[in-house]
Amino acid sequence: MIKHLLSAADLERAAAISILDTAEQLDRALAGREVKKLPPLRGRTVVNLFYEDSTRTRTSFELAAKRLSADVVNFSAKGSSVSKGESLKDTALTLEAMDADAVVVRHSYSGAAHRLSEWVRGSVINAGDGTHEHPTQALLDAFTMRRRLRDGVGDLAGLHVAIVGDVLHSRVARSNVLLLATLGASVVLVAPPTLLPVGVESWPVDVSYDPDAALPGCDVVMMLRVQRERMGASFFPSAREYSRRYGLDQTRMSRLPDHAIVMHPGPMNRGMEIAAEVADDPKRSTIVEQVTNGVSVRMAVLYLMLGGAAGVDSGESE
Amino acid sequence: MSLLLANVRPYGGELTDFVVDDGVIAKIGAAGRVDELLDAQGAVLLPGLVDLHTHLREPGREDAETVATGSAAAALGGYTAVFAMPNTDPAADSAGVVEQVHRLGQASGLVDVQPIGAVTVGRAGQQLAELGAMADSAARVRVFSDDGACVSDPALMRRALEYVKAFGGVIAQHAEDPRLTVGAQMNEGNVSGRLGLAGWPAVAEESIIARDVLLAAHVGSRLHVCHVSTAGSVELIRWAKSKGWAITAEVTPHHLLLTDECADGYDPVFKVNPPLRTQTDVDALRAGLADGTIDCVATDHAPHAVEDKETEWGAALPGMLGLQTALSIVIETMLVPGRLDWRGVAERMSVAPARIGGLAGHGRELEVGAPANLVLVDPDSRWTVSPAGLASRSRNTPFAGRSLPGRVVATLLRGRITARGGAVVGDAALEGAESDAAVSA
Repeated sequence: MIKHLLSAADLERAAAISILDTAEQLDRALAGREVKKLPPLRGRTVVNLFYEDSTRTRTSFELAAKRLSADVVNFSAKGSSVSKGESLKDTALTLEAMDADAVVVRHSYSGAAHRLSEWVRGSVINAGDGTHEHPTQALLDAFTMRRRLRDGVGDLAGLHVAIVGDVLHSRVARSNVLLLATLGASVVLVAPPTLLPVGVESWPVDVSYDPDAALPGCDVVMMLRVQRERMGASFFPSAREYSRRYGLDQTRMSRLPDHAIVMHPGPMNRGMEIAAEVADDPKRSTIVEQVTNGVSVRMAVLYLMLGGAAGVDSGESE
Repeated sequence: MSLLLANVRPYGGELTDFVVDDGVIAKIGAAGRVDELLDAQGAVLLPGLVDLHTHLREPGREDAETVATGSAAAALGGYTAVFAMPNTDPAADSAGVVEQVHRLGQASGLVDVQPIGAVTVGRAGQQLAELGAMADSAARVRVFSDDGACVSDPALMRRALEYVKAFGGVIAQHAEDPRLTVGAQMNEGNVSGRLGLAGWPAVAEESIIARDVLLAAHVGSRLHVCHVSTAGSVELIRWAKSKGWAITAEVTPHHLLLTDECADGYDPVFKVNPPLRTQTDVDALRAGLADGTIDCVATDHAPHAVEDKETEWGAALPGMLGLQTALSIVIETMLVPGRLDWRGVAERMSVAPARIGGLAGHGRELEVGAPANLVLVDPDSRWTVSPAGLASRSRNTPFAGRSLPGRVVATLLRGRITARGGAVVGDAALEGAESDAAVSA
């Protein structure tokens, strides 16, 4: 297994599928158990180093580590030396002194996880760095797609995925584009031209400015969060216009194939990129499921990267 | 005291001897009796290099560089004169500060330190600084720049271009439209898109250059364009020169060699402003320097303290060391491939920058009577760049571990040896400061 998970590009096809398979196994191993805990990372230390507020991702990693019996330490920017101006390098040296086996890092600067991986001996897992990547989000999204549309096995060959919204500033989109290509899915990015990066033509994707043309053929529609502040920098004129042109409402959703699913990495702006009734649609929306799957996938990542003993099944017998 | 430079090859030509006496070239060819001998063993002799674009950080950031340490790096790199950019703290926007920098340079005595004055008060782009007072000061400032920031207000730029004509000054523009580069971290292109770093588009440089060459033509002024970094900029400057307008331009060694692919590992040692561009840009810059569209090489030597570089890319300050590696990189990118000969290297690294900056004593033809500002280069010996071996107080060289051709054998300022065999000569405090010239085969 890889030493660090900094980018979805770090995962070759076999490694990515192995993570998804392991997540399925872990999920099954815990299903129906009253005590949701397995022993393989007993005595190992996982540090959650969060420079940005992210309750969702932090608790997901924390729960994943705890369910594998690791000791978890939460470093958050608020109320620690980090907020007193300590540099990332000094924080890394501190973690090093504490002998962390894995550091899960969330940071507002792109590349922060790369930098950190040069300064610590433990494994670094990128839990979102600036506008760069968020590889475990892509893994949990792939896991969700595979379960819903591929019976939880193999890759995603032949799947058509639309990623809609602020691709330019989205770490979720970058990781998904890379991982989906690795797993054989075809991707179309749907966004106003202002919210696509220069150089997007070098990505393994199609690009469309028109959701009504792009969505009807898709098996998966992944909506991205669009921050209202982007209006100030003229990326689009108003929330209303954005919502009308690129938002996913009932009408657009009704044109999707029957089996198609709707995803969102959260947190959502209901009424902006996604209508409330779409987000809550019991048949298509996988938004809550994604959160649940996030724990299983992060367990698999921690388990495989920290070389969890002799396999998942050995845990059950203890 | 007379000094014989034996077995030199002026401009890489035939072997001969030079006698230096009383600060000038006294004789070329067979020497008589001399006080001291330096056997150059066939090294190439050039006029001492002149850098139009150096950051010496003093006053304000003496932890990153001082006039003395920067002068040492310059002497070791083959320079006899450097122009010090005014983005110090306080900014060099008054006669007082430029005179201080000038005085510190004289005290060090290793190179001529010629201050550049800020165009606007505090380099804030709002109001003209007292350009005339700086011109009239003991520092005799002739080059003005807000480098690090662009004089983006077109009306203010026009007035600055006009005003400095009164004393033969020139505005050196850092061409960067600030509105197009808000938060910018690296060249906008495929790599920035992949890395999720905010892009610094080529058009932000090119649009300012296009505007400025038109302004300079309109008011009949000289314009110097700092650190040209894009293929489009080269084309614009070529067009402006074809009109006969008084435009000059510089390129940095790092823009001649490195591309935005260097950002891949997020190591901020490769973060610089303007950013590293693409191979297409590198090729255009080399061609532009070869054909004279770009007049000179300037280092943009920008020392930064460790804590400002060993950090996240987005938090790091932009800039790279350059004084001790510039000549080697020009040899590698221009001389070795045959784009420039030694005459051309002398023109682009000494004659042109001295002419643009108005330094009469530098960049002179190697002839009897000329001031003995000289550099001896061994073109055949290679060395490996080691950050700790550099004389600069900072370590932010993007060339660490790289093997480069060409070593400076000796540098002479008005006949006095300032650096020899990789060590500084003459400044008591810095005497023996090692250069990075660890010889490798």
